[in-house]
Amino acid sequence: MIVLKEICKTYQVGEEIVKALDHASLHIKAGEFVSIIGPSGSGKSTMMNIIGCLDTADSGEYLLDGTPIEDYTERELARVRSLKIGFVFQSFNLIPQLTAYENVELPLIYQRVKKSERKRRVNDALERVQLLGRMHHLPSELSGGQQQRVAIARAIAAQPALILADEPTGNLDSHTGQEIMGIFHELHAAGNTIVLITHDPSVAKQAERAIHILDGRVSEVAL
Amino acid sequence: MIQSVRMAIKSISGNKMRAFLTMLGIIIGVMALVILVSLVNGATSNVKDTIASLGSDMLTVRISDNKGDPVTLSDLSEWMEDGAIGKIAPAVSESVTAKYRSENASLTAYGTTAPYADIQKLTVLVGRFLKTADTDSHSFVCVVNETAATELCGYADCIGEDISLNGYRFTIVGVLKDDDDSLTSPFRSGSLIAYIPYTTLIRISTSATAEITSFYVAAADGTATDTVKTRLEELLLERLDRDEDAFSVSSQSALESTINSVTSILAVLLGGIAAISLIVGGIGIMNIMLVTVTERTREIGIRKAIGASRGVILLQFLVEAIVICMLGCAIGIFGSWGVLQLITTVVSGLNLTFKMSGGIVLIAVGFCFLIGVVFGLYPANKAARMAPIDALHYGG
Repeated sequence: MIVLKEICKTYQVGEEIVKALDHASLHIKAGEFVSIIGPSGSGKSTMMNIIGCLDTADSGEYLLDGTPIEDYTERELARVRSLKIGFVFQSFNLIPQLTAYENVELPLIYQRVKKSERKRRVNDALERVQLLGRMHHLPSELSGGQQQRVAIARAIAAQPALILADEPTGNLDSHTGQEIMGIFHELHAAGNTIVLITHDPSVAKQAERAIHILDGRVSEVAL
Repeated sequence: MIQSVRMAIKSISGNKMRAFLTMLGIIIGVMALVILVSLVNGATSNVKDTIASLGSDMLTVRISDNKGDPVTLSDLSEWMEDGAIGKIAPAVSESVTAKYRSENASLTAYGTTAPYADIQKLTVLVGRFLKTADTDSHSFVCVVNETAATELCGYADCIGEDISLNGYRFTIVGVLKDDDDSLTSPFRSGSLIAYIPYTTLIRISTSATAEITSFYVAAADGTATDTVKTRLEELLLERLDRDEDAFSVSSQSALESTINSVTSILAVLLGGIAAISLIVGGIGIMNIMLVTVTERTREIGIRKAIGASRGVILLQFLVEAIVICMLGCAIGIFGSWGVLQLITTVVSGLNLTFKMSGGIVLIAVGFCFLIGVVFGLYPANKAARMAPIDALHYGG
C-alpha cells in the first residue's frame, strides 16, 4: 500500500539546513492501523506531508498503491489527494463559512461526484460519526470533538484508500480524544488503512504497529 | 461552475460591508458610463428630431465664385421652372433700425421671395406672407414675426400698420407665428425679424446687391432631396463654367451626419473617461482580492489538501472577483436608470427624454466582466500557486 524507500528531505531554515528526513524507509500494508510517533522536530510532520502528497521528497522512492508518485505534477498530486487520501488534522481545518454538511461535501465536489450520490455519501459519513443531527451547523457552533468528527466524516466521505491523521486528539481533552480514537478503531475494523501521526505514546499504543521517527530516521518499535 | 458561483456568493455575503465598498468603484464607474452616454444619446436624438421636424428636404446653396456673371433672381426663377426642383428662395439679412411711432428697436430684415415661407415652414399667424407680386413691384411691404409685432406695435394683430425701417416706410401685411420647436429658435428667440421683398432690400440697403450668393431650395412634393440635389448641381455646373469649387450644396442630412459624428465623438470621449473610472474600480477589486487571498491562505491549504487542484482554486477566486464586478455592475445599472429617470423629470420642461440604451448596458456588462477577469486573474493565480503545506501551516 505505502512503500517509502530511502526518502530524504531537507529544509532551509534561515542559514541552517535542516535534514527533516534522512534515508527514511517504511512499509505499510493495506488495512493496517499504523502510528508514526516521534517528538516534535523529529520529522514526523514532513513524513506525513510526503505520505499525504502535500509535498514531494528530494530523493528516494514513494509508491502509493503500487504507483510511484515522485514525478507527479501538481495537478496529478491534487488528483491523488482527492481520490486516495483523507486528511484529519490536529486543528480540524474545517472551512468556517461552510456548514458541517458542506464541509463533508467539499471533497466530493472536487471528485466531481454527482449531486444525488454526494447527498447519500455525506449522510452516510455523518451518520458514522453520529453527527446527522448537527449537519447544518457551522464549525463555530460545534464543540472540538464534534468538529473533529466532521473532519473525520469529510475524510471518509471521499472513500480514500488511506486515512492520514495528524495528531487528531492533540487539541481535545482526553475523554473526547478517546471518543475520536474509538471512531478510528471502528474505521479500522471496517477495513480502512489508517496512518496516525502523534507524539503521544499512549495514543500511538492503540495502533497495531508503531513506527518511531527520531532526527529523520525511522525505526520500528514493538508495542 | 455553479458550485464556484455559490461559494463566491457565500464568501461575499460573509463580508457585506467590505464587498460593497469594493463594488463602489465599479458602481460609480458603471453609473458614469451609462449616464453620460445616455445623456449624450438623449440630447442627440432630441437634436435629430428637431432637424427632422424642420424637414429634411431643404437644401442650402452657396455660390462663392460667380465667374463674372452674377446669379440673380431671374436665374432662380428660371431654375424653379425645372420640373425636378421645387421651390427656391434667396435670403439676405441686414440689421436695420425699426421705428413705430415713438418706439425704436433694432431688427433683422430678411430680403427674400414668396417661396421662402414654404421652404422654411413658416406659419402665418395673421395676414399673409410676401407674394411674387411684391418682389416684382419692389413694394414696401413687410411680414414681421410675433415678437417684433408685440414689441414694436404693442399687439400681434397689427396688419396695416406702418413701420419705418432705416427711414423707409413699410406696411405690415402679415405676422408670423414664433416657432419654438425650430432648431434655430434658441438663437432667434426674442429677436425681432421682418421679411421684406428681396428687391426692396436691395434698394434700402447699402450692402445688398442684385447678386445672389446664397439661397434655399425645397424639393417639390414627392421628389427625393437627393434627386433635387443632383439636378441642382447639374444646373449650377452649367451656369458656373463646370467649376465644382464655385458653389456648395448642403442638405439637412449633411447637417445631421455632422451632428452624428460630433456626438459620437462626444460619447466615445465621455465613455472613455467613465471607462477609466471603471478600471480604477477594477484595481480596487484586485487589491481586495489580494487581501482576501492572504486572509484565506489557510482555507486554500485545506481545500488543496482535500483534493482541490490549482484550476479549481483559480476558478473559485476568479469567479469571486467576477461576481463582485457583476453585482457592482447590476447595482450601477439600476442606479443609473434611477438617475436618468430623475434627470428626465427635472428637465421635463425642456422636453428631453433620456433613455438607457440597450447597447450601452451591454457594453457596461461586457466591460465589467472583462475587468473582473483581468483584475481577478492575478490574485486568483496567486491563490492557486500556493504550496499546500505552506498554506496549511499559515497562521496556525
